[in-house]
Amino acid sequence: MHPAYSVIFFTTASGAGYGLLAMLGLGAAFGVVFPQSIWFCLVALGLSLGLITLGLLSSTFHLGHPERAWRAFSQWRSSWLSREGVAAVATYVPAGLFGLLWLGGFDGGPVWKLLGVLSAVAATITVWCTGMIYGCLTTIRQWNNPLVAPIYMALSAATGLVLFALLMQGFGAGQSWHVVLAIAALVVAAALKLIYWRGIDQAPRDLTIGDATGLGRLGTVRQFEAPHTQSNFVQREMGFKVARKHASKLRRLCLLVGFAGCLAACVLALLLPGAGTMVFLVIATAAAGFAVVVERWLFFAEAEHVVNLFYGTERA
Amino acid sequence: MTSLPTAEERSGKKLGLVIDLDTCVGCHACAVSCKEWNTQGYSAPLTDVNAYGSDPVGAWLNRIHSYEVDTEDGQPNRTVHFPRSCLHCEEPACVTVCPTGASYKRAEDGIVLVNPETCIGCKLCSWACPYGAREYDPSHGVMKKCTLCVDRIYNEHLEPEDRQPACVRACPAGARHYGDLGDPDSAVSKLVAERGGYDLLPQSGYKPVNKYLPPRPRRTGTQPEAAKAPKALEALGAGDGSLADQFFKWADKVLTR
Repeated sequence: MHPAYSVIFFTTASGAGYGLLAMLGLGAAFGVVFPQSIWFCLVALGLSLGLITLGLLSSTFHLGHPERAWRAFSQWRSSWLSREGVAAVATYVPAGLFGLLWLGGFDGGPVWKLLGVLSAVAATITVWCTGMIYGCLTTIRQWNNPLVAPIYMALSAATGLVLFALLMQGFGAGQSWHVVLAIAALVVAAALKLIYWRGIDQAPRDLTIGDATGLGRLGTVRQFEAPHTQSNFVQREMGFKVARKHASKLRRLCLLVGFAGCLAACVLALLLPGAGTMVFLVIATAAAGFAVVVERWLFFAEAEHVVNLFYGTERA
Repeated sequence: MTSLPTAEERSGKKLGLVIDLDTCVGCHACAVSCKEWNTQGYSAPLTDVNAYGSDPVGAWLNRIHSYEVDTEDGQPNRTVHFPRSCLHCEEPACVTVCPTGASYKRAEDGIVLVNPETCIGCKLCSWACPYGAREYDPSHGVMKKCTLCVDRIYNEHLEPEDRQPACVRACPAGARHYGDLGDPDSAVSKLVAERGGYDLLPQSGYKPVNKYLPPRPRRTGTQPEAAKAPKALEALGAGDGSLADQFFKWADKVLTR
């Protein structure tokens, strides 16, 4: 599948934003974040909602008619994309009220805490819907996989927790368990991704060009002539291929520079006192961003659509 | 509404095409006729960009593939021309993934359509289609697909013989048939039963309405002697080791010196 930059930016930025929002909401409920600090609210909630909003706006760039995007809220009964749209907008309601109460100086009342929990729940639902947009497509073997939506959740949580640890440290309230939580989420995400990669590599490519055309009953089928001289939309959108050796190189980069780099920086942040912690948390944030962007690019580039069988691919 | 019509809502009518892979000659007349009709009909125009340039792009609703089949029986390979368009599936996920309700399946006849006024051009439906039937029109920012010529088949301004899809009307080989596949007594249903018509990718679960008729078994026979390459070469005196052959080899060597 063609990796559209707007969709890569959308899913990674909003994923991190929703992860951070969920952490801030739960942090509020458990009395971890400071209810009295307006600056922390402005920076942390601002960053979270900013990432979400930029991501959502960027997702409209790949639409043919962005001005009609509001119509996408109507078909939540059948469409995961519509459900995601509804959940994304619905999340602004508790998150906005949560922020307003915070700015209004209500220090830690039960309503504020409840709004925090609601924001976290809404953020979780939204990210699940994002994953299911891809996970429900039976036409793409690499996407129609039970791990796809959980990996979206795990990566959203991991990037959100790294940002949370960075912000808490930046406001002088950093504690080692913030970083430990981020490390745990990173390990879970990397493990899920490794299992996923192994799974898609080992899955049999059991559909052939003969199955797709139904001509396999006659013998071995090859494409003799394509229907058109230049690539059409279907080939440009669905026929994107990444060379196997590039994909494995990028997987290694994602794991070693991204995930392992972020883990190492988190561990160093734990070990080093004072300013060192902050420096390594900034490095960890950059590495986490790199990891999710490469992961998301590969998620598209490695996805093989069954329609390519009609265009001469022998197996899918 | 992108939820599919329920069994009660459906009329039982399943309009669709039956494509005879035995008689299709791969002339692309159906595709050209489709393009011509649909650039002025429902969801028109069907634009091409840079049509006469080096890299033309554009949406077509019907594409004609050609495949070579090695029958592994000592006979020459077969060429099969293979028109591919929307199959108007009974369970089309391209419809259910649509977030806006622009894609829908008609309860009255089973035709799958895109409303060009409400499509946002998110392209998700094209991802959900295993058959590559949907093509995005970059000049309008909406998805285009076969309408089964919904603006012809019910059009009382046309002569009765023209009230069928443009591709069917244009086919010079009689390889395309249109009718109600929900009616077991219709001509198309009988044709499918008689010729062993099949579904594309039945494992997709989309239950396509359009059917494909497989190429008929070939008459077995031996290849004419003249068509056999070694014999033809022998006649020219190449490579049989005879005196004449040795002479020509010697002459060739001398002359190339």
